[in-house]
Amino acid sequence: MLEIKCPYCGLRDEEEFGCGGEAHIARPLADNPISDKDFADYLFYRDNPKGLFLERWRHSAGCRRWFNVARDTVSHQILEVYPMGAKPSTKAGRAAYEASWRRQSPAEAAARNIPQKTRKTSTSKR
Amino acid sequence: MAESNIDRGVRALRDRKKHYSIFSLARQARNYHQGWQQAWRHAEPKAEYDAIIIGGGGHGLATAYYLASVHNMTNIAVIEKGWLGGGNTGRNTTIIRSNYLWDESASIYEHAMKLWEGLAQDLNFNIMFSQRGVLTIAHSEHELKEMSRRVHAIRLNGIDSDILSPEEIKKFVPIMNMDQNIRYPVMGGFLQKRGGTARHDAVAWGYARAADDMGVDIIQNCEVTGLRRQGRRIVGVETTKGLIKSRKVGCVVAGHSSILADMAGIRMPIASRPLQALVSEPIKPILDTVIMSNAVHMYISQSDKGEMVLGAGVDKYNSYAQRGSFPVPEHMLAAAVELFPVLSRLRMLRHWGGIVDTCPDASPIISRTDIDGLYFNCGWGTGGFKATPGSGHVFADLIANDRPNDIAAPYALSRFETGLLIDEHGAAGVAH
Ligand SMILES: Cc1cc2nc3c(=O)[nH]c(=O)nc-3n(C[C@H](O)[C@H](O)[C@H](O)COP(=O)(O)OP(=O)(O)OC[C@H]3O[C@@H](n4cnc5c(N)ncnc54)[C@H](O)[C@@H]3O)c2cc1C
Ligand SMILES: [Zn+2]
Repeated sequence: MLEIKCPYCGLRDEEEFGCGGEAHIARPLADNPISDKDFADYLFYRDNPKGLFLERWRHSAGCRRWFNVARDTVSHQILEVYPMGAKPSTKAGRAAYEASWRRQSPAEAAARNIPQKTRKTSTSKR
Repeated sequence: MAESNIDRGVRALRDRKKHYSIFSLARQARNYHQGWQQAWRHAEPKAEYDAIIIGGGGHGLATAYYLASVHNMTNIAVIEKGWLGGGNTGRNTTIIRSNYLWDESASIYEHAMKLWEGLAQDLNFNIMFSQRGVLTIAHSEHELKEMSRRVHAIRLNGIDSDILSPEEIKKFVPIMNMDQNIRYPVMGGFLQKRGGTARHDAVAWGYARAADDMGVDIIQNCEVTGLRRQGRRIVGVETTKGLIKSRKVGCVVAGHSSILADMAGIRMPIASRPLQALVSEPIKPILDTVIMSNAVHMYISQSDKGEMVLGAGVDKYNSYAQRGSFPVPEHMLAAAVELFPVLSRLRMLRHWGGIVDTCPDASPIISRTDIDGLYFNCGWGTGGFKATPGSGHVFADLIANDRPNDIAAPYALSRFETGLLIDEHGAAGVAH
């Protein structure tokens, strides 16, 4: 049985939690042209590493809040727990974040580009 | 060179010796069973093959068998990192049925069912296929309604399926608790009479022996560590026994599919999760059919040895450790004991997990990839044992002809782009 340290409630048994799978998947925005193939990356394709995995968990039978967990899928050891919106802070966690294929996926690039695009259109005088 | 009469005679003699029958059993018994031969050779890898199958589970071995027997491709190898059937093939609860909702599923699982029905003869191996029936029970009004819709759809596909009332269930399974005031009251069910079980190890061994007989090299204790490419084409596999060349490679590695895909620089829509099962101490026969409950993720049968075989739902988080989390079997056992009070004092002898390859639509992937000559057969998740012969049969066809047949075509990876999913999740609940 895993013991997971909810950032809001402290150490609790695994049974109180729900697992939301891979963390840090950015949603491509509607006004971004993206192919069906790339959209499938966002919708269906998942990182599934044997080793350190960054995933979302929810304390569903407790405070019901979401957070991130860096967990090893072989030893089940939890390396760190960090809030939604944050990136992992341990060295191994950061390396796993950078190494994920998703950092290169067009779907994620599309999601990242949107703020730049809006910035551009607001400054350019077109 | 043509085979001489003498060669042919020697081969016939050897084949006869290898053939399993009541006579060979009697003959061996006379010699205190000292004369049994190895069922398959311990092959060492050749430098090159016409095709390589990665993964010596049931699906990989069946693929090799049909490549040799149907497509005359005998210069092929099966590469297994551990021992044959040591993956999910040897860890599952062996439920076989073909009562799926969607046409695409009906067509592949029924294809498998037809092959199961003649498999022991085809392989000359007793796979202990037992069509003892599979009864799926409903615990709510809603489930019952959904069930009758499913039964009609299944019947339209020509697959046997009958609704059973609580009274009929009581007669069919006397040990089931039919009290309506329990946590999971049994309100009805549906039965596939042709469903049942088979001995999982025997399926792997039978396919291995029959494939080996046709010249297929079965290489155990050999892990694939890399996939060698030349541009967009596969040219070989790197293994712990060195590089083995081949221009056709089929990956049938279940829970490790994402790892193999990664070696080729491609991805899979798969999450690897533990699925757990337990067996009890052997007892006198009390259950002569298979019972499944989707609502409580419980399924139960009794093995020929007398052990009660119980399976649970899939764990909620990814894992490659072949053990599961404790709350999952606990939840299942609580429901099992309520439904079958006779089990309450039974001791469990063994408990294990297998890493299953779950797919977003709970249907398998049988597909070409962006790499020429590289094929994947995976995503069977919690319920692929029943498909073993059908899966191997259509996958062999895909590899031999480099195009999917009608049964395999809907299972291409492209469905995740087109949206033509085969969503058996809602339909089957758990898909064992
Ligand atoms: C507890 C449990 C209960 C189940 N119950 C049922 C059931 O009742 N009915 C049903 O239909 N299905 C059931 N299933 C699902 C079923 O077991 C699987 O879908 C099916 O057996 C998969 O067969 P396979 O040959 O594809 O995979 P496996 O038997 O897992 O074979 C894959 C093989 O690939 C090998 N491999 C992996 N990586 C490498 C590598 N790098 N190099 C070489 N070899 C490698 C592995 O060692 C393994 O032997 C159950 C599964 C589990 C775990
Ligand atoms: Zn909490």
